Amino acid sequence: MHLEEIKAKLLRSKEGLQIEELEDIQPRGFQVKPDQLLTICRALKEDDVLFFDMLSSISAVDLGADNGHMELVYHLYSITKEISLTLKVTVNREDPQIDSVCPIWKAADWHEREAYDFFGIKFNGHQDLRRILLPNDWEGFPLRKDYIEQEKYHGITVTYDRED
Amino acid sequence: MPEIQYSYDPQHLTNSEPLVHQQGDLKEGEMLINIGPQHPSTHGVLRLEVITDGEVVTKVVPHLGYLHRCFEKHAESMPFNQIIPFVDRMDYMASMNSEHAYVMGVEKMLGIEKDIPRRVEYIRVLVAELNRIASHFVAIGTYGLDIGAFTPFLWVMRDREHILRLLEWTCGARMLYNYLWIGGLFYDLPVGFEERCTAFSKYLKPKLDDLENLLIDNKIFVERTAEVGVLPLDLAINYGVTGPMLRGSGLRMDLRKVDEYSVYPELDFDIPIGEGKMGKLGDCWDRTWVRMQECRESLKIIDQCLDRLTKDVKRDRSFDPRAAVPKKIRPKAQEFYARAENPKGELGFYFKTDGRSDIPLRVKARGPSFSNLSVLPAISGGVLVSDLIAIIGSLDLVLGEVDR
Repeated sequence: MHLEEIKAKLLRSKEGLQIEELEDIQPRGFQVKPDQLLTICRALKEDDVLFFDMLSSISAVDLGADNGHMELVYHLYSITKEISLTLKVTVNREDPQIDSVCPIWKAADWHEREAYDFFGIKFNGHQDLRRILLPNDWEGFPLRKDYIEQEKYHGITVTYDRED
Repeated sequence: MPEIQYSYDPQHLTNSEPLVHQQGDLKEGEMLINIGPQHPSTHGVLRLEVITDGEVVTKVVPHLGYLHRCFEKHAESMPFNQIIPFVDRMDYMASMNSEHAYVMGVEKMLGIEKDIPRRVEYIRVLVAELNRIASHFVAIGTYGLDIGAFTPFLWVMRDREHILRLLEWTCGARMLYNYLWIGGLFYDLPVGFEERCTAFSKYLKPKLDDLENLLIDNKIFVERTAEVGVLPLDLAINYGVTGPMLRGSGLRMDLRKVDEYSVYPELDFDIPIGEGKMGKLGDCWDRTWVRMQECRESLKIIDQCLDRLTKDVKRDRSFDPRAAVPKKIRPKAQEFYARAENPKGELGFYFKTDGRSDIPLRVKARGPSFSNLSVLPAISGGVLVSDLIAIIGSLDLVLGEVDR
């Protein structure tokens, strides 16, 4: 199934959706608006023909302080139709917030916690948004481009000068 | 003497990884138990917060991160070829498979996947399938240990040693190989490898039957694993579970067949799926049985690869495994999600590159164990504590990949 058909199907499912096709991305996919993400995801999953039943992964990307935005990339897969699809949303870097897709795919639970852990993105509606891989009392969000390590963690030096 | 760098505080442990449930929240008769991170049956450094009512588990909360080594942060500061050793260390039980997934992804980004010599691809598949057997052996052997069967563990470790020695012969390392390079291989197979590997394949076939007789069909093993930890298919898909766990729940999905990557379309093999033979579909026994059958299928693939490697694409003095290795690995600006079938499931890499440097802007690894573990709380409500151990073992976790 072509990307245009999926897009047309989505646009038919609800009025007022804004969907743009993305360039230079594999698998092909759409840029969607943050407030429409949940609607589009639900339409993609519950459509009898498309049936994107598996969420493979959620990857967050920080575009840096100059750009002022962060991206969330959702990798979907439809087992029955054997098609992959990428969804991308852009969130504000100062106060990154997005709706959680946990009600649609349970797989999102830990991936969203990971994105919160490393980027500080808040997922509205997530039941259990805690750090997942880093300790709870770690400071800052390490995968942000302007991250600076804390000096000490429980009295242990975190970074040494490279000249030492 | 350098001073000891740690300031002791009794609150450190609770601050760094607080419990989700507090003693005060428990109902009458309930008990809060901590399992791990240093516990043999958690297969590494998994920590579980378990609430039990007598012998019955009511809730499980996994706590992760005890083996976090900042893979994604490291990957943002070094060129693509230098990331391969880090990829090895994610799933250290199946490094060849992870390398295969990673190098294929980068090659596709560079657009050189068609230039890879066929002998290189066959060698890659050969070593990856050898590693798959080794990984499944550890899964089955340690699972036996969890259940209380000691002999099968010694048997599979003995046979796995042959595989590790074969792989050590190719590149010098026993577990963390760095053998597959972007665009080629570190070296051609050593002289005599094909013969030694053929002999090993002949040796292993009856051993697989022995293992199946001793462990998988064993009455005690069946009673401990059948109808335990039943994972329904819709739940498995919703949680993003892949690999032998998904196939154990009855879905015939294998990325080697679905995506038809590398030379897999030219090879003949089946995808075993769980059938609920001993109890319910998707129970612990089904998952282990699928792994066992996958070892046989891998052996089939190995035989076919060896056949091609000694006939169609045989050893040649002029063959250079590094011929297609690019001098500069600089993909154009793009985003790419590459995936491949690891012994544990779908290993995915998401790359974002800017086209101006050899260093990726972002690499995200989607480890199969990570998603497979996330289903644990959903299938372990109401089981006995001893069954919880059986369920954890059947997930085949590698914490190196969960925590990355």
